[in-house]
Amino acid sequence: MSEVFEKLALYFEYPFVRNALIVGVLISLCSSLLGVTLVLKRFSFIGDGLSHVAFGALAIATVLNVSNDMIVIMPVTILCAILLLKSSSNAKIKGDAALAMLSVGALAVGYLLLNVFSTSLNISGDICTTLFGSTSILTLSRSDVWISIVMSAAVIIIFLLFYNKIFAVTFDETFAAAVGIRAGAYNMLIAIVTAVIIVLAMNLVGSLLISALVIFPSLSAMRVYKSFRAVVICSAVLSVLCSAIGIIISILASTPVGSTIVIADIVTFGIFSAVGALTGRRRGA
Amino acid sequence: MAQFICRDVSLGYDGKVIAEHISFEINSGDYLCIVGENGSGKSTLVRAMLKLHEPMSGEITTGDGVLPTDIGYLPQQTEVQRDFPASVREIVLSGFTGHLGAKPFYSREQKVAAMRAMERLGIDSLARHCYRELSGGQQQRVLLARALCATKKILLLDEPAAGLDPKVTGEMYSLIENLNREDGITIIMVSHDIAAAIRYATHILHIGHKRNFFGTKEEYIKSEDGRAFISLSGEDVIRT
Ligand SMILES: Nc1ncnc2c1ncn2[C@@H]1O[C@H](COP(=O)(O)OP(=O)(O)O)[C@@H](O)[C@H]1O
Ligand SMILES: [Mg+2]
Repeated sequence: MSEVFEKLALYFEYPFVRNALIVGVLISLCSSLLGVTLVLKRFSFIGDGLSHVAFGALAIATVLNVSNDMIVIMPVTILCAILLLKSSSNAKIKGDAALAMLSVGALAVGYLLLNVFSTSLNISGDICTTLFGSTSILTLSRSDVWISIVMSAAVIIIFLLFYNKIFAVTFDETFAAAVGIRAGAYNMLIAIVTAVIIVLAMNLVGSLLISALVIFPSLSAMRVYKSFRAVVICSAVLSVLCSAIGIIISILASTPVGSTIVIADIVTFGIFSAVGALTGRRRGA
Repeated sequence: MAQFICRDVSLGYDGKVIAEHISFEINSGDYLCIVGENGSGKSTLVRAMLKLHEPMSGEITTGDGVLPTDIGYLPQQTEVQRDFPASVREIVLSGFTGHLGAKPFYSREQKVAAMRAMERLGIDSLARHCYRELSGGQQQRVLLARALCATKKILLLDEPAAGLDPKVTGEMYSLIENLNREDGITIIMVSHDIAAAIRYATHILHIGHKRNFFGTKEEYIKSEDGRAFISLSGEDVIRT
């Protein structure tokens, strides 16, 4: 056991490991805070589609050889989030079909662009990395770290400031609108913040696994807790713990970071489902 | 001066008219029941009064110092809410969101007032319970308490007794009656339960296919529309 700790202590000497932990914890905190709302509003599919869009945007940024790819990815993803929200509230175009088109299209275009224009010798390796985020969290640049910290702080502050209104809009949009809350504006806010989180999370788990980060902690928390606040707090704690544990295990066992985190989330979900089934007397009765 | 004035309002979706020539006035302390068959546009009218739906023509105005934030609303239930993790207290407090303005959190007074509203409706012991685990009648009381937090003047209730058994329905109606009589809150209630409408309301608005009726309860009972509608659902009138 002491060997493991020595090994960990050694790793923590490296700034890239500390950076990975800081950024990982912040991103998982943000994604779980908003995850509760997304799951409850049945918006989680938007997160999934946006992650594919972010991949496409990354491909474009790579081809254009932009120095910091966030400059391209962030606005493109936010724009798509806004478009998706508009189309899903417009009954004439089926929201989920539009979303499927956009997300599959983005994947295909992204892959094609990378294949045709990439100068790298190991294209499949690179693409695998962006899709599953195998090492990118360990190779963050100083500016990546700062962007992540600032954006995460912004997301957390927005969430806290608008917590009560987000609850009202999530629980009952019609009532909220009736008492004068601009529900449309809050949906927009939620969509934009989701886009920001997805772009940030792409570094941590890769674009294919982001949904797991958004969905699992809140679903786990909802198995056991029954008030909105308890669910939000519990999913934040779970998400942070799973990401920290996942990052540490992946360093010790040289497993891919993203998948390890997601597997930690899945295990937690199993545990919480069992606990919920044992303690939930009246549920499902 | 009237709290709500509806002048020759037509309602519809996508250019298709559902109900037209609706006119009525509501004064402080009135108890208006909106009756009519399913799909006649009752919920749509309520949504129009809340500015959630644009009338095709005509106008709906508020008066007597009524602001949009003075209206409490109990929507017709939707399924999505049923499995939502939220405590009773959280939901009742959310009735104050319209009064928050730029403030992020509820004040101490609002928390006390939410507790009062729960006491008023006999659900204070359920404050920490999960909404989705309550009975249908308890859930409706929670939503009524939330509406009560939003207002001290006007409550718009869309089928508050839908899906409740007769005993719980009676309890719900007498709670609403108390809010009207004792607290002087104006009640606008959608119901297709004509018996309850006649028993509790002071005024009736009947939305029909051919024409509408608006007047006092006594006028309605004597009117042609009223007699026809009452005899249609005669059984219910006798039962209650
Ligand atoms: N969002 C909508 N879009 C199009 N038609 C609608 C919409 N909501 C309701 N309707 C139609 O309008 C009519 C009146 O609906 P509603 O006001 O809910 O009736 P009620 O509450 O009296 O049962 C119904 O025929 C319904 O199908
Ligand atoms: Mg209705």
